[in-house]
Amino acid sequence: MSADTTTTDAPSLSKSEAKQATFIDTFAKIFGGHPAAIVGLIGIVIFVVLAVFAPLIAPQDPYDQAQLDILDSLQPPGSHLWDGTPSLLGTDALGRDILSAVLYGLRISLFVALVAVIVGSAIGVFMGLLAAMKGGWVETVIMRMVDLKMSFPGILLALMVLAIFGTGIDKVIIALIIGAWASEARLVRAVALSELKKEYIDAARLAGLSDWRIMARFLFPNSISPVLVVLPMSISGAIGAEATLSFLGVGVPITEPSLGLLIANGNDYILSGKWWISIFPGLVLVTLVLCINVVADRLRDHANPYLRGKD
Amino acid sequence: MVSFIVKRLGQSAILVLIMSAMVFVGMYVVSDPVAVLAGEDFTEEDRQALAVELGVDRPLIAQYLTFLGNVSQGDFGTSFVYNRPVLGLIIERLPATLEVALAAMLIGLVVGIPLGVYSGLNQKKRTTKAISFTTTVGYSIPNFWQGILLIMLFAVWFQVLPASGRGDTVEIFGVGWSIFSLDGLSHMILPALNLAIYTICLQARLARSGTQEVMYQDYMTFARAKGISRDRIVRRHLVRNILIPIVTITGLQLGGLIAFATVTETVFSWPGIGKLLLDSIHNSDRPVVVAYLILITLMFVTINFIVDVLYALLDPRIRYA
Repeated sequence: MSADTTTTDAPSLSKSEAKQATFIDTFAKIFGGHPAAIVGLIGIVIFVVLAVFAPLIAPQDPYDQAQLDILDSLQPPGSHLWDGTPSLLGTDALGRDILSAVLYGLRISLFVALVAVIVGSAIGVFMGLLAAMKGGWVETVIMRMVDLKMSFPGILLALMVLAIFGTGIDKVIIALIIGAWASEARLVRAVALSELKKEYIDAARLAGLSDWRIMARFLFPNSISPVLVVLPMSISGAIGAEATLSFLGVGVPITEPSLGLLIANGNDYILSGKWWISIFPGLVLVTLVLCINVVADRLRDHANPYLRGKD
Repeated sequence: MVSFIVKRLGQSAILVLIMSAMVFVGMYVVSDPVAVLAGEDFTEEDRQALAVELGVDRPLIAQYLTFLGNVSQGDFGTSFVYNRPVLGLIIERLPATLEVALAAMLIGLVVGIPLGVYSGLNQKKRTTKAISFTTTVGYSIPNFWQGILLIMLFAVWFQVLPASGRGDTVEIFGVGWSIFSLDGLSHMILPALNLAIYTICLQARLARSGTQEVMYQDYMTFARAKGISRDRIVRRHLVRNILIPIVTITGLQLGGLIAFATVTETVFSWPGIGKLLLDSIHNSDRPVVVAYLILITLMFVTINFIVDVLYALLDPRIRYA
């Protein structure tokens, strides 16, 4: 790669070694003096670790029917199961340990949201770049599709997709992808259009590079930073959306409950005072989303100081 | 203006057609109504007879055209589950959703806008920081979770408000409304509040950023220089100017609220169209799902259209070609 390609407008995102040495500086610049954002970041790390190592941490495998005992059902927090295992957060109607269910649920919630946002953003970035690069009817078609998507609330589109395709983890991910790509496409197109006017693109064109090559080599790295900035916000949005869909019973299947479905399971018991079944998964969900949003706000303010304190 | 309205109407019509085709084809390809309705003891002939009766033996495009023709006469088909015309089913449930959505919208505007204007005018005050923090939290917490907390708080712990159902309704124009009976109203408070929280946060944020933007405009400085009282400046100049984005969002929000009522209706067992949609999805009641999705698309397109026209009327700077 020639030297000129490393002149990127987003220094914190460069892969060159010199930049890696200043990673800690960049980190300090973003989070220094913002205790709330640091707490949020620590929270995210804890949640990810808990999700990844759930099988090692959880006292019980909540998917293993053989480990469940109906005698353990609806035990309040702090009680012991029949086999002597302490049940810190109580059990649900099937005798499932809530702590274990929450840890496994966290895994599914994070997995669904991450896959949906990463794939959705990738599609969005590609569409945005394509629209900016090609112009003409390609741009018109893509931007019309974006407008069409944006004129409906996300929940409605998701319900539409799930009504047509049925439910399941893969279907929820598809529904979330359909909900995620349009705003990213719009964002990337706007940045790419302004990048296209710059001289390095002219230089690349003069060098005889094809449109695709310019797109991949030059336009993509220089237009991606705004998407990276909104990525955490998209992830927390996807976590909330998945939880909502699963709560409504059109999301993940009962055999692989996410946090949203766990809350739905407990919802029937709230009126009879068995609050712990819903409340603990809910607290985890809310704390997770809040942690991500605090960090996301900080990243956005750092990337665009003009927006500070605005919405 | 007239040409703008005609053009927008045309776009809206095309949009509704595209969406209805997508929903119809999607539902056709995925679910086979014969499989749903046929009994276990059905022979092949019975199945074929059923297919002919339902009209699903014909080519897809013919089915769609028949469907469009029927829809234009207000016939959305018959529900598999309730065995009644779908349109009547939806209209029957519509008031429940409308009253809760409108109540939520009203609460959102009445609480949200003053909060936002206050925050915008007093950026440094501690109360402003508290408001800003609260709206961020309100924004972050999923709607259904807020609903469950409301039930926990007001129905389980304090036991002051009912947690589910519509309560007594009053018949007006042949449909029942909860809002006109005391019992119905008490049932409505929690769902309306649940639906309103998001609107309050949204309106507060909008009004605040609008206020911050408008505050430093030349006409505001000029009004202050003229010696107009602060109250009058806020009412005559500030609020009027921040209303433009608020009207747009409020219009779009109303559609969003009706769509989002699906969640609130599920949490509070509120028998509106959102709950009907979910029940129908669970029961594979294809005609109801298709009718709901097409009607709500129609509603969205209409709302978008009205908002666009209102926007043009409110803001003379906007000129449509």
